[in-house]
Amino acid sequence: MVDDRSGHNKIEVRDLTISYGNRPVLRQVALEVRAHEIFGIIGPANSGKTSFLNAVNRMDQMRSNMRVSGSIRINGIDTRSWRNVYALRRKIGVVFPLPVGLPLTVYDNVALAPRLAGTAGSRAELDERVERCLRRAALWDEVKDRLHHLGSLLSGGQQQRLTIARALSQSPEILMLDEFSIAVDPVTTMRIEDVLRELKAEMTIILVTNLVQQAHRLADRTAFFLDGECVEIGETEALFNGGAVDPRTHDYLGGKFG
Amino acid sequence: MEPGDATRLDARDSRWYIDKGFEIVMFLCGISAIVFVVGIFLFVFREGLGFILHDMDVGEFFFSPKWRPTSLHHPTYGILAMVAGTAAVTVLAMAICLPFSIGAAIYIAEFATGRTRETLKILIEFLAAIPSVVWGFIALSIMNPLIITLFDVPMGLGVLNSALILALMAAPIVTSIAEDAFKAVPDSYREAAEALGATRWQTIYKVVLPAARNGLLSAGLLGVGRGFGETMAVLMASGHSINLPTSVFDSFRALTATIAAELGETPVGSSHYQSLFAIGIFLFFITFIINMTADFVVRGVRKG
Amino acid sequence: MFGPTLINHKNERIQKRVQFLFGVMLFFLIVPVVLIVGTLLVKGSGIISWSFLFHDPTNGMTEGGIFPALFGTIWLVTVSLLASVPLGVAAAIYLSEYAPDNLLTRLIQLATINLAGVPSIVHALFGVGAFVVFFRFGTSILAASLTLAIMTLPVVIVSSWESLQSVPRSFREACWNMGATRWQTIWHVVLPNAFTGILTGVILQVSRAAGETAPIMFTGAAMFLPFLPSSVFDQTMALALHLFVVTTQVPNVPESLPYGVALVLVGIVLLMNSVAIWIRMRLRRKKKW
Repeated sequence: MVDDRSGHNKIEVRDLTISYGNRPVLRQVALEVRAHEIFGIIGPANSGKTSFLNAVNRMDQMRSNMRVSGSIRINGIDTRSWRNVYALRRKIGVVFPLPVGLPLTVYDNVALAPRLAGTAGSRAELDERVERCLRRAALWDEVKDRLHHLGSLLSGGQQQRLTIARALSQSPEILMLDEFSIAVDPVTTMRIEDVLRELKAEMTIILVTNLVQQAHRLADRTAFFLDGECVEIGETEALFNGGAVDPRTHDYLGGKFG
Repeated sequence: MEPGDATRLDARDSRWYIDKGFEIVMFLCGISAIVFVVGIFLFVFREGLGFILHDMDVGEFFFSPKWRPTSLHHPTYGILAMVAGTAAVTVLAMAICLPFSIGAAIYIAEFATGRTRETLKILIEFLAAIPSVVWGFIALSIMNPLIITLFDVPMGLGVLNSALILALMAAPIVTSIAEDAFKAVPDSYREAAEALGATRWQTIYKVVLPAARNGLLSAGLLGVGRGFGETMAVLMASGHSINLPTSVFDSFRALTATIAAELGETPVGSSHYQSLFAIGIFLFFITFIINMTADFVVRGVRKG
Repeated sequence: MFGPTLINHKNERIQKRVQFLFGVMLFFLIVPVVLIVGTLLVKGSGIISWSFLFHDPTNGMTEGGIFPALFGTIWLVTVSLLASVPLGVAAAIYLSEYAPDNLLTRLIQLATINLAGVPSIVHALFGVGAFVVFFRFGTSILAASLTLAIMTLPVVIVSSWESLQSVPRSFREACWNMGATRWQTIWHVVLPNAFTGILTGVILQVSRAAGETAPIMFTGAAMFLPFLPSSVFDQTMALALHLFVVTTQVPNVPESLPYGVALVLVGIVLLMNSVAIWIRMRLRRKKKW
């Protein structure tokens, strides 16, 4: 029996090494993500943050040159032993740095995943689900009158919230966000951050960000990645209040590089 | 989560099996090109094998100009005259085609802009679309009388007529590959040259042409491949008499045209029939080598 | 003072002349298209009429119409498309969506290049050796169409591959990350967005297949048939071969007849190309991303 209460480890990572071809991008990472926490990952560009998310989602299976070794356990089960990676990915929602509005209508963007998974249900159920996801992504009021217009014609900030609605459409257990605020204005960023705080009650969130202060605002615990290495993991408050053990973490949080 | 959820969740569902099934189907279709190339070789070889094993005299085949497969007493199978004719026409066609195509490609890539450029490219595309047999028809009914009048010769079918037709047929492909080669030259090269005070022409001559060298070479090779492989147009434009051509007005016979003209009149399985397949094998190898070389030359550029 | 120096003047003159020279070279490539189409129109359009298009040839092919040839070409092209489009699009999907960067993929690319470079008459020999003799289809529409299909396969593969590659990679990533299978991603997102491009390639392939003569000469096309084909195992007349026949094989043909046949053939081919170009331009304007 897998306990899903807060505080239990949702994801356990051991000896995780990722490489593209012969080029390693992440080495010997070990960490745990607890259920119902926001787990922040900070670090400069090319430190292996995005590769980490791809490994959790088993994207190595779609890329012939991506190699992953070590283990990632979700709910205690090694993701590598899953015979159907697609079912695994349906449990995990992902939001990218740049919003990808598929050239479908707003409605179809959100409804696509349930439809493909065969869990769309009746039209009324699907309508209800689309509305719920758009509301939670704080987008409903802006798009409710043009649900059947092209999603790719929305503004950047709206598209990013659309991708969040899309990521929520399968009621994932884990939500992974990769530098979601890059293409989004500050007001929208704040709105999305509020959404994330609410969502924490229902799912586990991994927040990769290049904005140190964003991790400070949102994350319960934070990991610092640098050059393919996980330098330090700790309670966010402790880290930011001078509790960093490694001098590199200290320098990075202090804005000395990155 | 409920107990036993894990085993249920990672179960392979219908979507998984459909995905796997399509992956296999796509793979099989993906390798079809290889299957067909090998198949072409095997089936043509299979039909020509009897001739190669029993009737072919290698020296005679390659070095005799006498192609007399229907002779009752002493049939001879020499392709030298046809190889010489095909080669002569191809060389002449390339000599005409290359300067014009490269010039045209330079104009399209470096001088023309916007709507003019689009229109020019469409017209070149139309040139490429005209079917081979129509070119043959043009050779017979337009070029033939024209050459007779212009040069005061008894017959307008032959090396010159075929070369002009082939040059026009190869021009679109050579032009478009050459244009790609020019476009592949980074703009920074041009800007650097122009910053040094070079005119557009100096830039093209000193910078763009050398940088596009391999692409142009490959364009020329593909043109040669086309020349060797062209069938209907050359059949109709060449005059089709077996002859080692000595002047551009001489009639000749192409390897491809021989197959096209004689295959229908030979009994299946006869030496003559098999010898035509032997010519096919020879053509297959020639174009194979030309195409591989052209690809190798172009890839060399991309890597460098 | 800082006016153009003598050298600059000279350079500019050279530049103007060079540009003019290249323009003339291009002109010489384009003039034939105009001349050919013009001549065909002048000499061939007189004969074109309802009865030319829809009646049988008569009097040893020196009079009458071209209907059986037109009809046969439609048969040949349709059957060859049925074979080559699914196969070629699937091959392009494999190359674009599945193929890892390895030796086999490289071999497939080389084979595709080669398939496009093999002379049409060698394709004809293959068609005779494989379909007519080995698979015992006899000289038939089926054998001729399959030969045409293999010959035009590289056109479909290359144009479909280009269209698939033009669909942004981020669309695929977004789908994979929401748990869509590879095939679902291809079917629901990649193919719909590549569809118009693939269609353009298919139309160009129709144009190509309609004009080919050598590959069908010995595999299924007949010089003259007094009846229309009723199944794929029958022989048929074909427009391209008909042009060859009335030009070279039949005595005493009135001059306008081959011009009329050539005009119809070129008309079909250029119409197809124009449609493809029109779709391509619309597509470029209406890009949704």
